[in-house]
Amino acid sequence: MITYAIYFTFSCFGAGLLMNLYKIATAKGVGDRVLALDTMVINAIALMILYGLALGTEVFFEAAMIIAMLGFVSTVAYARFLLRGNIIE
Amino acid sequence: METAFEALIAFFLIVSGVFGFVGSYGLLKLKDSMSRLHAPTKATTLGVGGVLLASIFHSIAIEHHLSLHELLITLFLFLTAPVTAHFIAKAHIHMSETPETLPGAEQDGIWATHDVPGDDETEGDKDSNA
Repeated sequence: MITYAIYFTFSCFGAGLLMNLYKIATAKGVGDRVLALDTMVINAIALMILYGLALGTEVFFEAAMIIAMLGFVSTVAYARFLLRGNIIE
Repeated sequence: METAFEALIAFFLIVSGVFGFVGSYGLLKLKDSMSRLHAPTKATTLGVGGVLLASIFHSIAIEHHLSLHELLITLFLFLTAPVTAHFIAKAHIHMSETPETLPGAEQDGIWATHDVPGDDETEGDKDSNA
């Protein structure tokens, strides 16, 4: 039962990742691209935790944590750059 | 007992998969930038939260040891998602909206993010800055 649920969730988040990629390629404004990148980071975290769940290991949690932190920092840096033209003033 | 836990884990996984899919689909489907902000920041964060809950239950019921460091990621995501949404919305307001195209700010006259002293953008109402 868990195996099929994991397959279903993998396909959902994989499809979400593909849609985000399409959005990045076709978005009109820069803000939408940053938003799509942020969503991609969140989907990647979910995929990574799912992979750890499917394999039964815990090594992926640290990677997911690091990706979560880097995704937050990079999104904020992008938004700062769009607003101000530089990141650290 | 094991079957009940498996059903619970499968339920959390499927719900989170649906939420994640809806969040990413809303990014394509919704019309303007400000409403597009809703789908990923809320639905996708809930989706990841569901996966993390399923992972906690999996480690308790199947692998028979308590692991709570998933809660760290959940907490971190729930703290940072509103902050990123706020930053992206602010960048959007300053890049592609003017005080005239935004909805009215009632008694304040102008939205606070446009209300910067000495900036060119504050040519709206100035009667409220005392």
